[in-house]
Amino acid sequence: MSEWLEITTLDQIPVLGSRVVETDTMNVAIFRGRDDTVYAIKDACPHKNGPLSQGIMHGHSVTCPLHNWKIDLTTGEAMGPDEGCTNVFETKVENGTVFLRLP
Amino acid sequence: MKENLVLIGNGMAGMRTIEELLKLAPEKYNITVFGEEPYGNYNRIMLSPVLANEKTLDEIMLNDEQWYADNNIKLEKGKKVVEINRARREVIAEDGTVAPYDRLIIATGSTSFMLPLPGADKYGVIGFRDVADVDMMIEAAQQYKKAVVIGGGLLGLEAANGLMKQGMDVTVVHLLDTLMERQLDKPAAKMLQQSLEDRGMKFLMDHATEEILGDDRVTGLRFTNGDEVEADLVVMAVGIKPNIELAQKAGLHCERGIVVSDTMQTFDPRIWSVGECVQHRGVTYGLVAPLFEQAKVAANHLAEFGIARYEGTVTSTKLKVTGIELFSAGDFHGDETTEELLFHDVAGGTYKKLVLKDNIIIGAVLYGDTVDGTWYFQLMRDGTDVSDFRNTLLFGQAHLGDAGHGDETRVAAMPDDAEICGCNGVCKGEIVQAITDKKLFTLEEVRAHTKASASCGSCTGLVESLLAHTLGGDYSEAPSKKPMCGCTDYSHDEVRAAIREHGLKSQEEIRQMMEWKTPDGCAACRTALNYYLLCEYPGYDDPESRFINERAHGNIQKDGSYSVVPRMFGGLCTPQELRAIADVAEKYDVKEMKVTGGQRIDMFGIKKEDLPAMWKDLSEAGFVSGHAYGKAMRTCKTCVGKTWCRMGTQDSTGLGVKLEELTWGSWMPHKFKLAVSGCPRNCAEATIKDFGVVCVDSGYELHIGGNGGIKVRVTDFLTKVDTEEEVLEWCGAFCQLYREDAHYLERTAPWVERVGLQKIKDILEDEKQRKTLHERFLVSQKPAQIDPWKAYAEGERSDHFFEPIKLKVS
Repeated sequence: MSEWLEITTLDQIPVLGSRVVETDTMNVAIFRGRDDTVYAIKDACPHKNGPLSQGIMHGHSVTCPLHNWKIDLTTGEAMGPDEGCTNVFETKVENGTVFLRLP
Repeated sequence: MKENLVLIGNGMAGMRTIEELLKLAPEKYNITVFGEEPYGNYNRIMLSPVLANEKTLDEIMLNDEQWYADNNIKLEKGKKVVEINRARREVIAEDGTVAPYDRLIIATGSTSFMLPLPGADKYGVIGFRDVADVDMMIEAAQQYKKAVVIGGGLLGLEAANGLMKQGMDVTVVHLLDTLMERQLDKPAAKMLQQSLEDRGMKFLMDHATEEILGDDRVTGLRFTNGDEVEADLVVMAVGIKPNIELAQKAGLHCERGIVVSDTMQTFDPRIWSVGECVQHRGVTYGLVAPLFEQAKVAANHLAEFGIARYEGTVTSTKLKVTGIELFSAGDFHGDETTEELLFHDVAGGTYKKLVLKDNIIIGAVLYGDTVDGTWYFQLMRDGTDVSDFRNTLLFGQAHLGDAGHGDETRVAAMPDDAEICGCNGVCKGEIVQAITDKKLFTLEEVRAHTKASASCGSCTGLVESLLAHTLGGDYSEAPSKKPMCGCTDYSHDEVRAAIREHGLKSQEEIRQMMEWKTPDGCAACRTALNYYLLCEYPGYDDPESRFINERAHGNIQKDGSYSVVPRMFGGLCTPQELRAIADVAEKYDVKEMKVTGGQRIDMFGIKKEDLPAMWKDLSEAGFVSGHAYGKAMRTCKTCVGKTWCRMGTQDSTGLGVKLEELTWGSWMPHKFKLAVSGCPRNCAEATIKDFGVVCVDSGYELHIGGNGGIKVRVTDFLTKVDTEEEVLEWCGAFCQLYREDAHYLERTAPWVERVGLQKIKDILEDEKQRKTLHERFLVSQKPAQIDPWKAYAEGERSDHFFEPIKLKVS
């Protein structure tokens, strides 16, 4: 099991907003829900690789800014009749610090 | 412990209620369904095509038995319920099956009304209501020759057509001299009769049946005038009768149907009722659209959401006889208070009649050419004032400047590979297949499954026509009131009214007060609410409820990079400004530059994290944001004007700059473009803009509601004024009226068509109202004209993160 990586502090992510985390291999979108739950998802829509980090978040889902696909942030799956899936990653928040675990 | 929900009646209305309920509260009930027929649930409105050999029973099944199993629903098929014991809350079937309920839905539908004639009990006399009737007809067609259908209404003619397709010699007997008198007026009925006669159908009009002749099996009919006709099969299609016996026996209040309230509850609050067995506000319905609306409402209350109300349905009808196009809606007879618009071409087989009251369509009959049926129906339900285009109304929507689709609207004649939705590349065949395979009934469902009409929306009319054509009959394209989005049942107008009436100041307040179904709304309603609030309270803004373009003040491109457009007022620029743009383009490695349609310079391929620094450089060179990304005032396009042009009559560039200085930065319901042309040659194309000025020697002509995009629409002439000051005042007032009245994402063109030009003129021509609107516009412009680029560049704004978090994974 890989280790937890310290990313940022909670106040650096707007509520119902997002940040992009650049890693060596890919971009990860980090979202902060209304209840301060933090979600991490690969920043690429299963449809046409749209940057999900730039979408509008609601509940635990995000609407892709390119073609309005709705993606569930807990599973990475497209919602509604659309079909497709992207990766999601584990996160945790401790004392206002956000951690991410990549596979 | 889950509660028990029992449904009596495995038909379309009842099962639609269950499906809607499963969407809202999938785990709430143990569900049991009693169905008299030995099948799953099928699409009853498609029985006519089955009879006409155009469809099979399998093709019209909506839910097969596996579906019931998959959804944990107990299907008691082939079991007739004979008693409802309300005291013990039990349902008892003929075979002794007992099912307890906490809530009950009665959806027993209707049966053919059988005329109580002597001989009506003979073998070979049937109704036209279910699969058994259809089987009987098909069987009869194999052995016998002559069929008589009693009743020249919608159902009777469909039955007659089907029997004819089965090879029988068919005579239709009708009591009156007009076919389908509930849907057609005399001239249309005459044309219909003629074309059915041309296909070989026979008619006995003005004939009342006295007796059905024969021994065991029917052999003929005798009429009151003494005539007789031979018959081996008699189909009675004189109407339907709500099945209320069961409810009546259980002591529920019934009149013609089971009486229900606006929540679809019977007089016993544990018992709901939907469909053709129901009487709501004195009306019973036999078409499918009202049933679906009722199902939605009942499901909402069964899920204990408790907010939906059924308020009745305006219905429209189409005849499902292949090759005959017929549409009717509303009050098509009219009276002394109404007017008629009429188009009657006997040789061409076209008849169109619209009934207007105070310039609003209240009824329509179309025969031969029904392409515009859905459009007229829309105008009718919206109560649109048609005075501005009544002289071309009968020629249809294509005539209203719908340059893109005029000839394409004949969907029935289109081949399967014809592209319907140009945005998403969806063909006719795919849509038809999705409608039939996935059992889709509404525009929203087609959008969700195929993406057709889900982007720019210009093919919506085509998709609706396809729905109507594929489903036939009773399709009605949308509920009478359109909810803002899936999060609420309230419409745009209702939400806006509530914001004003109750002084709601935040999205949370709106969602709470108006009982939103989702905690945070969705991408559609959040952006709309944000706009409505900032329009009401200048200065309000919730960045997380804006589309990314408006958060990042640039246009997101398909690769995730951004494009940047600096504002150049009136399209004017200086060499220094061009040089500054060139420097910035080189510094930030701009991949491509182009001149936009609105006479500005667009720079592409910019990384998001470079945006603030780039803005800073542009800001220092004197530029502000061009808002090319926003639902906002975009540009004011100008021509050369009288300073240089030998034709110019006024200073069009100077006026363009002033208009842009007045309106830049303004958030609008949708994008908003202006133009000023210096003479009637109109080089700035002012007559396809949201607000266009055409200069003439004696002053300025003002035009509104034009559009050069999805659907080309030429502007309407608003007024002519003498001075530039007046142009500015009218422009500000018009902008504010549009901002305060239009729905979010509604361009001025559809807005003007929806509310009517006259209303807009009436308001703006009133000097006091015009000045007040203009003042309100100026107030709202104060916070809007703080340049976002400068604010970020100077650190006055930091509500958006442009920098990514860089992570080294070792």
